[in-house]
Amino acid sequence: MNNMSMWRLLTTVMRRDLAVALRRRSDVVNPLLFVVIVVTLFPLAVGPGPDILGRIATGVIWVAALLSSLLGSERLFRDDFLDGTLEQLVLSPAPLPLLAFGKVGVHWLLSGLPLVVLAPLCAMLLKLPIAGWGTLMLTLLVGTPILSAMTAIGAGLTVSLGRGGALLSLLLLPLFIPLLIFAAAAVENALLGTSAIGQVLLLTGLMLLTLLLAPFAVAAALRVSVN
Amino acid sequence: MWKWLHPYAKGEAAYRLLGHWQPWLSGLALILVSVGVIWGLLYAPADYQQGDSYRIIFIHVPSAMFAMGAYTGLAITAFIVLVWQIRTAEWAIAAIAPVGAVLTFISLFTGAVWGKPMWGTWWEWDARLTSQLILFFLYVGVLALYYAFNDSRTGAKAASILALVGVINVPIIHFSVYWWNSLHQGATITRFGDTLMPSSMKMPLYISILGFMFLTAALIVYRLRNEILKQELHRPWAMAQLGVENDHGV
Amino acid sequence: MAFDSWQELIWMGGYGWYVWLAYGMTFLAIALLTIHGLLTRKKLRQLAVKKQQQQQRIARRKQQERNRSKLADDSTS
Repeated sequence: MNNMSMWRLLTTVMRRDLAVALRRRSDVVNPLLFVVIVVTLFPLAVGPGPDILGRIATGVIWVAALLSSLLGSERLFRDDFLDGTLEQLVLSPAPLPLLAFGKVGVHWLLSGLPLVVLAPLCAMLLKLPIAGWGTLMLTLLVGTPILSAMTAIGAGLTVSLGRGGALLSLLLLPLFIPLLIFAAAAVENALLGTSAIGQVLLLTGLMLLTLLLAPFAVAAALRVSVN
Repeated sequence: MWKWLHPYAKGEAAYRLLGHWQPWLSGLALILVSVGVIWGLLYAPADYQQGDSYRIIFIHVPSAMFAMGAYTGLAITAFIVLVWQIRTAEWAIAAIAPVGAVLTFISLFTGAVWGKPMWGTWWEWDARLTSQLILFFLYVGVLALYYAFNDSRTGAKAASILALVGVINVPIIHFSVYWWNSLHQGATITRFGDTLMPSSMKMPLYISILGFMFLTAALIVYRLRNEILKQELHRPWAMAQLGVENDHGV
Repeated sequence: MAFDSWQELIWMGGYGWYVWLAYGMTFLAIALLTIHGLLTRKKLRQLAVKKQQQQQRIARRKQQERNRSKLADDSTS
């Protein structure tokens, strides 16, 4: 298969997934609303003082992002699995990792990217000092693709189980911990006025590595699940 | 080599081979762990800084080492499952994961109990402790996924994929000491055996480490043999192994 | 011997509680793992016995069937 047709295959899969996802808009919007609501709960729980809120803001926003990624994970393969589309994709001669990459891409466009856009709103609600906003958005920008890719692996593994929710979080959340640590450290550095470039580069490296390897893991997971 | 290995992909041959190893592994484990622990508890001198509390090292370090060692074994087994689809390897996933999880729990528990008198806290969010905790979650995840499927073959394959994805965590554990500054003391034994410990403390530690190696192997082998029998229970040889003669004209 | 008496061994220079707690929990965890293995083996044996009885029952039933049909054959001939 030459490069041209690979590219067309990728765009076809992505366009189809986008169309399907946009037809069920609540599935896309609900995880984002979830993040905003979680962020709203924290000032009510720990008090509205800017010193506490500002300190925990990055962590709260990132944890909310992790959880919302899990919430939106069913959308990835569930419907395709139930109506048999997934089986067709697995059996088709097209390279499965490429299709998986396309699905991860669409998932990120509809769950990761909006989070980056929502980040300033959440940062404002949690009184994160302005100095950290840019870095927070940057970490979300390079971090959420990792979230989407890893979520796709977990969703692929559990798609045939039907009751994968709690299991999925057990499998995935531990793998997100390094991501959380580096992202929080980056924003922390930015708030202290020192350079956050090290952590951001590290996250970028992790993202590239994940995007390179995860499609193959997703493909393997789907083969096991569909079998 | 492949010709020689091939028969052990089948349950019966693997069961018999493991059966030959079992008494040696168990015996060596029992002897070496006893010698290491008793030497460490009774005869090794007290540490001039930590007093007698350092004696926890004789179980803490070996269990931490083989918690990671077992994960490496799990990852290699997972690779074999996915590439060659060997059934013995699939069963080994279910045998290795619980043993690894228990070793990880032991290392965490002994670490916490050692940390209380030394650092003044049961739990410190230090790099090595944290990654050990992640390792524990990974083991639990692999086990949960394995048993989530009704079909054990599917479960083994899914768990293998997860184990291979998680194996990225093992180098993080190893290098995390350098990544984060932390309270945790540096590695006690360096690769070249050039250590800060006097040999009167080093010897029992080495013996204990060797003992835990055999202990880990013995526990895994025993569980693997159980798993083989469980999966092959419909075959006459498995029934015979359990002391039940299958006599309806076979 | 690093200790002069049993009391000193248990006391461990004030760290006795921690040291013995660590060793006790380690022993307990490994013992539980071993016992779980032994119990699994026992359960497998029970399962095998059940299976054997089932097979024997089926074999006996078959034998009876055969005998009965043989009797029927004898009586007709």
